[in-house]
Amino acid sequence: MAAIELRGLTKVYPGGVKALDALDLDIPDGEFFALLGPSGCGKTTLLRTIAGLEIATGGAVVIGDRDVTGVQPGGRDVAMVFQDYALFPHMDVTENIAYPLRIKKVAKSARRAKAVEVGTRLGLEHLMDRRPGQLSGGQQQRVALARVMATQAQAFLFDEPLSNLDARLRLEARTFLKKLQRELGVTTVFVTHDQAEALAMADRMAVMESGHIRQIGTPAEVFQRPANTFVAGFIGSTPMNLLDGAVRGDTLDVAGCKVGVPSSAEGRLSDGEKIVYGVRPEYMSYSAEPAEGALGGKVAIVENLGASHLVTLDVNDVIVQAVVPEGSEPSLGDDGYAVPRRDRALVYRDGELV
Amino acid sequence: MTARFVAGRIGFYTLIAVLLAFFTIPLLWLATAPFTSDPTYEVGVPDFTWENFQAVAEHPYALPSLYNSLVLSVGTALLVVAMAALAAYALSRVRLPGRDALLYALLLLSSIITGTAAMVPLFQLAVELNLIDSHLGLILILTGGLLPAAIFMMKDFMDSTPKSYEESARVFGASPLQIVRHVVVPLVRPGLATIGVWAVANVWGNFLMPYLLLSDVEKQPAAVITYTLYTEGGQANLRMLSTFGLLYSVPVVLMYLFVSKKYGFRFHGGIKR
Amino acid sequence: MAQATSSPPETLDEDAPARRSYSSDAAGLGRLRAGVFVAPALLLIAAFLVFPALWVLYLGLTNYRLTGIAAAEPQFVGLDNFIDAVSNPVFWNSTWLTVQFVLGSAVIGQVGLGFTIAWLLRDRRGPLKRLVEGLVILAWILPSAVVSFLWVALLDRDGGTLNALLGLPGFAWLLDHPMLSIIIFNTWRGTAFSMMLYGAALGNVPPSHLESARLAGASGWQQLRDVVFPHIRGHILTNLLLISLWTFNDFTPFMITAGGPDGKSEILAVHVYKVALQSGELGYGAAVSTVILLINLVVAVFYLRLLRSKK
Repeated sequence: MAAIELRGLTKVYPGGVKALDALDLDIPDGEFFALLGPSGCGKTTLLRTIAGLEIATGGAVVIGDRDVTGVQPGGRDVAMVFQDYALFPHMDVTENIAYPLRIKKVAKSARRAKAVEVGTRLGLEHLMDRRPGQLSGGQQQRVALARVMATQAQAFLFDEPLSNLDARLRLEARTFLKKLQRELGVTTVFVTHDQAEALAMADRMAVMESGHIRQIGTPAEVFQRPANTFVAGFIGSTPMNLLDGAVRGDTLDVAGCKVGVPSSAEGRLSDGEKIVYGVRPEYMSYSAEPAEGALGGKVAIVENLGASHLVTLDVNDVIVQAVVPEGSEPSLGDDGYAVPRRDRALVYRDGELV
Repeated sequence: MTARFVAGRIGFYTLIAVLLAFFTIPLLWLATAPFTSDPTYEVGVPDFTWENFQAVAEHPYALPSLYNSLVLSVGTALLVVAMAALAAYALSRVRLPGRDALLYALLLLSSIITGTAAMVPLFQLAVELNLIDSHLGLILILTGGLLPAAIFMMKDFMDSTPKSYEESARVFGASPLQIVRHVVVPLVRPGLATIGVWAVANVWGNFLMPYLLLSDVEKQPAAVITYTLYTEGGQANLRMLSTFGLLYSVPVVLMYLFVSKKYGFRFHGGIKR
Repeated sequence: MAQATSSPPETLDEDAPARRSYSSDAAGLGRLRAGVFVAPALLLIAAFLVFPALWVLYLGLTNYRLTGIAAAEPQFVGLDNFIDAVSNPVFWNSTWLTVQFVLGSAVIGQVGLGFTIAWLLRDRRGPLKRLVEGLVILAWILPSAVVSFLWVALLDRDGGTLNALLGLPGFAWLLDHPMLSIIIFNTWRGTAFSMMLYGAALGNVPPSHLESARLAGASGWQQLRDVVFPHIRGHILTNLLLISLWTFNDFTPFMITAGGPDGKSEILAVHVYKVALQSGELGYGAAVSTVILLINLVVAVFYLRLLRSKK
């Protein structure tokens, strides 16, 4: 197993598009690491550059203690699961799983035995003679995983491993994948555009935007303390409230209401400066009665989230959202008051966390 | 409404009947005459004799010419498939300098340099290179003519095959030639078969090139022998012509059925030149 | 596996030259190998397609002949062959016959019939459709030598099936109406391509468009004009150009009429063969070939322009 280090990694495509801009990243041995970002942010390019499928324009890729920047993909000792799984349609499951061993010139009987062993571990034992075309999406994914496991590579790279599955299956596969990675303990980097997937599976993650890493951290860190307004807006199944405001002495003036300075920003603000006030809908306590430090307004929309409701308040023509537990949801047109939790609210100055 | 509907139905079926007649009548003779003892030009009810096939078997040039057709078409198809596949793969996957211009030129060439336009220099070339009456020479010339279209169709096919298969094999450490052998060739096999059948069908039916370049009757393919049978030596031998024509036609029909069964009929603009 | 001997990360920048040591295409083929893959095909194309085309341009400027003195030492005669052609009524006759052949059999015959069949059978499934399509395709795939003789037999003056059906014994189709004969023959022979192309094109017309036209009360003809034609306009043009090109270069009529009688069906393809390879005037034949090449070039460039603008 091996750690992965990226040093000033840059990728410029012919035509001058900068897909990766001097990225530095350390992924310790055994970590399950997510690359998260909107499409076109460079996350897949980064993964492919680690694999060697794209040649870096500058910087270095180090796997283990070895600089592999100029090494062919096959010589980097990594294994990759592609978004479409890339299972060879003309080979059966056994042959597919055994293919990396065939390249390594492992004897036929030995590689078949290994394929059956790995396949059995992933519950594929009754499918070993099938062709990929005869398998369901979930089964195909497990074959692709088995093939990667058979390589005994130092690191695994997964490109959108769940995006080809049905929504229901995706949750199941998420749990399965996380458990498998735990058991194998192989350094694994995966790419996803789905923040929930990254939060659920990763030990740590990097949030990317147009060739830059905007934040690196554990899911908890990234969710609770987004380093900038981009990450704040990207992470979370309901987007964070990001409200323009200004510092007024000991309090903040946000959407015409007076709210307290978040604990994390205490003593760091100067009077009168313009800021962006951020608070997640989940970190608001809602009541129908006026309260100190609340954002108050009229209820404009109520959306059912299942066990809770998302209430949209019109606060002096500014939209503020709060999550309300089931049973206490208001009706349209009611007056509503949402009090941000001071230990969870954040202040951004010029887009960066204070 | 119903009267109009009935009139429409009648019109439809009348039109279909006329069309069927137009396309069937010329073909009927090929279906009946080979099984008739003494066929005339007119379509008649056959008496189901096999003697005509006997006569074809005994004819000195008939069966050998089918063999010649086979040699020419299979030889050309193998060359076309091998060369077009290699070239198309490289053109599809590697950004060679001038690739787009080359492809454009290929497409242009394949459509403008036809047998008709190039028969004079091709004849000359064959004379100069001593390729008259040479099967190999004719195969090379036919291959040169079919290659641009074949490369184009093949590249289309390669382009539609996802690259992730090759990339996957590459990350596992396969060398470029292993990738071609293990992954690319099996993946594009339907395309190879299509191009192969297309080339065979083209050469099998080609008349002009062998007519120009093969004067030795023992080397001529069935297309030329058929033409000779009805243009030379006074009264055409209808027993020979019909039966031989049928034998010469059957492989094409079988091939067509095979392709459309196995791969469905993929519509290529240039499937036939 | 991780090797302790490899360079530590601090010295990375000195390894920079190693960076371009492999290629980044899907299979890692690299330009050199790609070049080797492409070379054999290009060599054959250059030798047996490009070179002849260039040579025909040169030959057209000489007095090259198949036999005689001019065969041993051809002279450069400039544009004489082209001037000969332009002042030769036979050449103009051939050109006019070719125009008739292309317009009659391809543009009117194959396109009209092909579209009609595709339109009639557009909503049908089952044996009738398969039968009609099968027969039309059969006419297309059979070897040209065979179908040519089938038509010679069909149109035979004394014993032909057509005269027997029409009750016209002794009517000499091939002698009295050679152009009409080969035009109808080529319509029969080549309709399959247009039929399949239009079949595919009609299949791509969204049914919802036709349904909304029908809901608006459009008649069959109005549906055709307002919904179908705008959708398949590109296909029509593609089809027209391709089949015109093929028909223009078709040598099959030679096997039915051999250009006769008296050159009454001597289209350009047959004309070249007769003057160059039967009469041995290679230089003059090459000049006519050059004209054919140029016409092909114009049509093909037009066609490729069209393809590009569609993308």
